[in-house]
Amino acid sequence: MTAGGLREFVVDSPAEEDSTLAAVRSALSRAFMVVEEPGAASSGTHRRTWLDTFDWRLYKAGLTLRFEQARRGGRLVLSKADGTPQAEQQVTRWPRRPGLAGDLPDGPVRDRIIVLTSPRALLPIVKAVSTVSVTRLLNADGKTVARLVTEQATVTAPAGSTGADTTAELPPRLAVTEVRGYPGQARRAAGLLAGVPGVSYASQSLFIAALTALGRHPADYSSSVEAEITATMPAPVAVARLLLRLLDTIELNVDGVLRDIDTEFLHDFRVAVRRTRSAIKLLGTVLPADLAGHYAAEFKWLGDVTTPIRDLDVHLLGFDAMTGQLAAASPADLEPLRAFLVRRRAREFRRLAAALRGPRFRAITDDWRKALLEIRDASGPRRRRPTAAALARGTTERAFRRIAARGAAITPDSPPESLHDLRKRAKELRYLLEFFASLHDPVAYRKVVSDLKQLQDCLGEFQDSEVQRHEIHALADAMLAERAAPAATLLAMGEIAAQLAHSQVEARAEFAVRFARFAGPAGQERVRVLLEGRR
Amino acid sequence: MKIFATYNIKGGVGKTTAAVNLAYLSAADGCRTLLWDLDPQGAASFLFRIKPRVKGGGKALIRGTKTLDDAIKGTDFDRLDLLPADFTYRNMDLLLDGNDKKPTQKLAQLLRPMAAEYDHVFLDCPPSISLVSENVMHAADVLLVPLIPTTLSVRTLDQLTEFVAGFNGRRPQVWAFFSMVDRRKKLHQEITKDLQSERPGVAATPIPALSVIERMSVERAPVTAFAPRSVAARAYRALWYEVQQDPKPPRTPQLNRGPARW
Repeated sequence: MTAGGLREFVVDSPAEEDSTLAAVRSALSRAFMVVEEPGAASSGTHRRTWLDTFDWRLYKAGLTLRFEQARRGGRLVLSKADGTPQAEQQVTRWPRRPGLAGDLPDGPVRDRIIVLTSPRALLPIVKAVSTVSVTRLLNADGKTVARLVTEQATVTAPAGSTGADTTAELPPRLAVTEVRGYPGQARRAAGLLAGVPGVSYASQSLFIAALTALGRHPADYSSSVEAEITATMPAPVAVARLLLRLLDTIELNVDGVLRDIDTEFLHDFRVAVRRTRSAIKLLGTVLPADLAGHYAAEFKWLGDVTTPIRDLDVHLLGFDAMTGQLAAASPADLEPLRAFLVRRRAREFRRLAAALRGPRFRAITDDWRKALLEIRDASGPRRRRPTAAALARGTTERAFRRIAARGAAITPDSPPESLHDLRKRAKELRYLLEFFASLHDPVAYRKVVSDLKQLQDCLGEFQDSEVQRHEIHALADAMLAERAAPAATLLAMGEIAAQLAHSQVEARAEFAVRFARFAGPAGQERVRVLLEGRR
Repeated sequence: MKIFATYNIKGGVGKTTAAVNLAYLSAADGCRTLLWDLDPQGAASFLFRIKPRVKGGGKALIRGTKTLDDAIKGTDFDRLDLLPADFTYRNMDLLLDGNDKKPTQKLAQLLRPMAAEYDHVFLDCPPSISLVSENVMHAADVLLVPLIPTTLSVRTLDQLTEFVAGFNGRRPQVWAFFSMVDRRKKLHQEITKDLQSERPGVAATPIPALSVIERMSVERAPVTAFAPRSVAARAYRALWYEVQQDPKPPRTPQLNRGPARW
């Protein structure tokens, strides 16, 4: 059924469903003979599951994916938001666990979504069990010239590993479908339906209506900060709001991390932890001193506990790209390394899961939330200064100056650590910009972030190449210790390490240009415009 | 897209009932199916309760001022569409014999764009020997020939087979089947038995003469739809399976009778 066009209707008041449906029938009887069609192909019970990634990548690309369950197997249907079909493919069954698009059998749906969704898994967003009945509308010759399809759906939001499913009944939906060659009759039927009291045009597709009924809305998850902050808000309140938003992101991702659905749950979790640590460090002066000190240590622990598995994820995610770069060695030579990484990841995952299920993590999240809520909702007289705007300006300016000074001191002879340190400072500035994005002029903001991003990419390439090179060495040692390293594998790893060293040299050569663009006179003017506005 | 055509020079031998029922079974099996009622009498259109009328008439279709797509009507059944008859089809010979360089290929040419939309097309031909029937034979992949079990009917099959064998290049497969068979008549029994054993390309399934088939004009639906468990419906189903299961009956059956004239 297509979404919300002029031929789709909804019964406004489910309580008066029977009388409204009787009125519909009566209205249609004025122009047509109305006959039930119990054996119609589309009648009966339909089971559909809408799928998307946790961060709504398909929805954001204007697409909807649903799995239509049949007696044996089913089919995946990809359509545009307005219901226009894009691709479909048969699948024998939908796995119980959320799966990657790459795990689907070859087919047109897989081809369309694999790049869009990777590396995220497809999750069931809404399930609907519909009872569909079909009524034929006949002309004077007894010929079917249109059909009325009535659908009553019960929709369910699948629960995570904890909690129960949420279920809702949707009001009946009515759709007039056209029989080929009789468009005027379908229009006429739709016109009659539109005139029935208690029936109105469906403004939402079934999918969106289901989400609304379940208290959700599309794209209701985003890893960006997007806290509700205003310029005149007291700084402690603004910081508490920011940190609460980050805590929400951390908690929203815990289930996906523990179920190991895809690697990006942990990634988003870690980004939120890092942002929290930066916020505590850079903005913590407006929070009670003991609170900031305690949680700085707790979130450092949380960051550290998630690092080993993320490092392994990065290796595994980039594995095929890495093997594709081999010139002397064969990709097959690196397979023992992949197997080693997978084994090690399984071990590290158990450690991580134990930490996230343990009391320390629960205490961090529960107590931190309580403390932040108290700050956010504190009543009574409160110091108005500093405001959020003043805090944003002061901290951003200081962070920029710090980068400008430290970056200017870097020469070709400076040790790698100086670039690593600069990378951290650049990341802090980026976070500050993101925290207070809503207070800045969007054009000025985009310009500064664009320059900063260029610098960060260069610094990231430099450091990641070095870190990965060291890790390759460490992995080689570990594989040798476990006697899991054939000579060909070690040679291939050597080739990879050499490539990483080459990338690092290139990044280092690029640094001066990127830094000059960011922190030179033009870059400084862009930051000034951001913080002070145009003169 | 595979094109089936029901054809016989004689009228009243069960062409339309076969076309209607086999097209219905094709659609019921999941194939996107189109039935083109080429007979100006419009019997197939009547059976599907569709008015035998095409805007612009046969002229618009043949000359291409209207596409087949525009004239197609959905039947009451999933995946089964109908291109209705029109009384102007009585002049189709003249229309086909226009300025076209290949007047016998015109229908095949018109049907070609339908390949993306349909798996099977059925052509229900008027009883005649004409440019229309010749077009149909050139367009069809399978020619379904209903035969009443009489000696003359058998002779007609021979003539048709020989005519098709004379085509240059692409030739349709000729599948004959006995229609309106009265099992009480000894002659019917003998002819059906003899011809099936003597000739390849003759379906083993006969369509019996039954009043339930005549009821199609009262019910205005295929017997396979309104009486799916009837003997008649079972016979059509068996015939449909037979026609599909052996997709390659000999294209030019060996003739064992005297030379045929067309």
